[in-house]
Amino acid sequence: MDFLITPAAYLIMLAFFAAGALGALLLWRNDRAANAWSHWLAIAGSAAGLIFSGAVLYKGVAPSFAAVSSLPLLSLSFRIDRLSAFFMLVISLVALACSIYALGYVRHYYGNYSIGVLGFFYNIFIASMIAVVTAHNALFFLIVWEVMALASYFLVVYENREPSSIRAGSLYFIMTHAGTVFIIIAFLLMYRCAGSFDFGALRDGLSDASPLMRNAIFVSALIGFGAKAGIIPLHVWLPSAHPAAPSHVSALMSGVMIKTGIYMMIRIYLDFLPGSYLWWGLALLVAGAISSLLGVLYALSESDLKRMLAYSSIENIGIILLGLGSALVFQSFGLDSLAALGLAAALFHTINHAAFKALLFLGAGSVINATHTRNIEKYGGLIKVMPQTAFFFLIGSIAIAALPPLNGFFSEWLTFQALFQGVMAFDVATKVVFILAIGSLAFTGGLAAACFVKAFGITFLARPRSEQAMHASESARSLLVAMAGLSLVVAGLGLFAGVVLGELTPVAGSLANLRGAQAADVAGFRSVSIEGGFASVSMPALFFGLAAVIATVAVAVRILARRRKVRTGPTWDCGTDLTPRMEINAEGFSRSLITVMRGVLRPSSETEIEYHDASGYFPRIGTVTMGLHDIYQTYIYKPLRDLTTMVAGQVTKVQSGNVNAYILYIFLTLIGLLFFLDVQS
Amino acid sequence: MTLTEITCWLLQLLLVPALSPLFVGLTRKLKARLQSRRGAGILQPYRDLRKLFNKDEVISEDASWLFRAAPYLIFAVTIIIGASIPLFSTVLSNTYTGDFLVVVYLVALGTFFLALAGLDTGGAFGGFGSSREMMVAALTEGGLVLSLLVLALISDTTSLTGISENIGDLSFTSFTPIILAFISFSIALLAENSRYPFDNPSTHLELTMIHEAMILEYSGKRLALIEWASANKYLIFIALGANLFFPWGIAHSLDLPSILLALALLIVKVTLFCLAIAIIESSIAKLRIFRLPDLLLTSFVISVIALGLVS
Repeated sequence: MDFLITPAAYLIMLAFFAAGALGALLLWRNDRAANAWSHWLAIAGSAAGLIFSGAVLYKGVAPSFAAVSSLPLLSLSFRIDRLSAFFMLVISLVALACSIYALGYVRHYYGNYSIGVLGFFYNIFIASMIAVVTAHNALFFLIVWEVMALASYFLVVYENREPSSIRAGSLYFIMTHAGTVFIIIAFLLMYRCAGSFDFGALRDGLSDASPLMRNAIFVSALIGFGAKAGIIPLHVWLPSAHPAAPSHVSALMSGVMIKTGIYMMIRIYLDFLPGSYLWWGLALLVAGAISSLLGVLYALSESDLKRMLAYSSIENIGIILLGLGSALVFQSFGLDSLAALGLAAALFHTINHAAFKALLFLGAGSVINATHTRNIEKYGGLIKVMPQTAFFFLIGSIAIAALPPLNGFFSEWLTFQALFQGVMAFDVATKVVFILAIGSLAFTGGLAAACFVKAFGITFLARPRSEQAMHASESARSLLVAMAGLSLVVAGLGLFAGVVLGELTPVAGSLANLRGAQAADVAGFRSVSIEGGFASVSMPALFFGLAAVIATVAVAVRILARRRKVRTGPTWDCGTDLTPRMEINAEGFSRSLITVMRGVLRPSSETEIEYHDASGYFPRIGTVTMGLHDIYQTYIYKPLRDLTTMVAGQVTKVQSGNVNAYILYIFLTLIGLLFFLDVQS
Repeated sequence: MTLTEITCWLLQLLLVPALSPLFVGLTRKLKARLQSRRGAGILQPYRDLRKLFNKDEVISEDASWLFRAAPYLIFAVTIIIGASIPLFSTVLSNTYTGDFLVVVYLVALGTFFLALAGLDTGGAFGGFGSSREMMVAALTEGGLVLSLLVLALISDTTSLTGISENIGDLSFTSFTPIILAFISFSIALLAENSRYPFDNPSTHLELTMIHEAMILEYSGKRLALIEWASANKYLIFIALGANLFFPWGIAHSLDLPSILLALALLIVKVTLFCLAIAIIESSIAKLRIFRLPDLLLTSFVISVIALGLVS
């Protein structure tokens, strides 16, 4: 089995993606051939990635290798330790499902947009994400990081005849590069301490960094990688960029790309920087609490299905940060096993969210493909015409609402347990942060359930609300296969949660700061218990218990009521003809919760009434437009933009465009330099 | 496993569904007496269930398989919870599903499917019921989790039987946080069970109801299952209140006298809870829907204070 973890195996995997990308470009004239070539090679590449990373995790060795380069500081080096392998596994898993899905899904672009271009950027995108989590040199990392950003940018603006896609793409482009600036600052600061861009040297070289330096690295990495992960308030690009891309790309962006930010935070905070300060963990806890709570509230108020899923990604990033933040707090107190518990919770939620969010995005793509609209209000009743899509979307909804017995419940349970340990262990101030984090996680769980009752209920249940929904039909085979696969992963991660946690513990323990720490007592498949029996749960018992009781009840009721007939009749209509307009719509469903949260969400509504006559008594048409005020635009980004514009305006005075003036500047600089050198010597 | 243990486990499994209609009937009777009415007999809920199981069923033509399957799942969830919580003995400790978060999230699973079933028929009332139910459920969760967390931290375990075992041994001084947590839990109890001041459990006035609006389209055996499930949920919450906050008398072993005593005490405690709920329901008015969040937030804040007091 050792041949699976050789550099050759890794390079073959990358070669699949490279061949997929180049072949797609060569075949750009033939949509059908480009589709088959690029996506089958992406399938092969992701499968190879899955096997490779699985083998690394199983064997526990970390292969590393480098290609020489003539540039002094840049070397193309890779190292796949357990943490990298874990993230590579997540990426490959989702990429595999998305590539299978794409085979059927991209058909609706035939003759409209070029499949060759899509296949090219799609393969590059996946390969660059894998490179990002396996790169072992900061400069090389930045290069693949930028490749990832560019490839995803081109995928966001793929539907380039939609003005909204272009706008979303531009915003993404600006935000991701603003983030990159901070990432570069973080790496330069680390270079200053360690004298090298090699990740191995960084791990050793940062041990005598001054507190100021460490804090500076922490903050710049938080801003830089937080922008990619979509932490509020750096999230503004996310809800518009993710939905704009084709659905299988949205699944990749929301399911895995944002996790690369999480990966680097774990890497820097728990692997490179020796020891952490208390306030780092507390800052992450606060950021996580805010992101999870606000993310789910914004998701609740969305009527665009894919935007809603994108906002819910922000919520889930928040939950991951709660685990990571608690790990940092425990680490700063030297409680390594608790830190490993918090990190294991974060990692578990990472893979869970990747699986069910990808599943939901693929389901949404399937629905959008059938109805040609993203507006939830135009759906309804799809469970009858798209039964399989509906079933898979239901699985995803139950999982993301953290309901037992699926996987979302287990990682949320684990996160709760990590936070409980925090409440017990510390001084009052720290305790309060943990209590508020627990409160926000509890509310987030309830609100997520409400959000996905709305998403599933309005989309799939009741009567069709539009012509398109009435004439929708079930999606093609490849779409269903991909969704079925991810549903199995979601169910499997729930059922085998104990085993998965057992595998995650060494991943957490492999980091420099948590050398060998144990996360939880895992009794294998049967049950999991935390901290010497403080808490325990068994996912199989929940799974099979529910199944057994449902079956028993069904049989018992069948026997009890065997002579009773079941008739179908119309829904009770109060004596009027029931139309789809009388059903509750998405806006109405969430309005009461939005009204309750009006202090945070700042809802707006405008009423326009057109009257029959001048008297103003007989309205002809009344329209109510509801929405939210964008507080981030108003209070953060608009002042920032005004400031930038003002500074730029001042700079034009110097930057006049007059060549003579520029020569004068050069002349003055030279004279200045001469004086400076003179003083120096 | 000995015969006694098996008997006790079966008793634990069947106790909640067997007794829950009785206590719903008892609460109704007490309420009627407090309001100077005579009221139906205590056993009326059993008769209602039998009647419903013996009726033909009408299902809306707009409904999908989810509408048909939901009652079975909702009922099954309450059975699992009923078997997971401490009822009469702490010896029957369940390390598989007895964690308080499991119980809270299983309750949420039932609510999730109930709300979906409410949306499924496309009636105007079902949708409003679901919307309101999810609002109340989402806002209740914070207070519920934190109030149980207070007990978990005091007794150093999140297992419900463990909590029940440890709280009984505490000294009197540590009771301030427990009392606060109990207030917070009681508010959550009323909210989760569609009781005053959140909802009127016996209304059929469409515009004000929550629970009834969601199940408006159900009839026959499926309605029976849902009514039975909500009765189970009512007893589960009361039993939690009785055995976590007032765990005295719960059996610490499996010998017959102590179990009989524990069962008798359980019935007494639950009866007292029913009386308290009847008094509350007879003495206060239902709140406007947008006043409810204030009360639920109060529940959350009281729990936070209680947590602060746990040392």
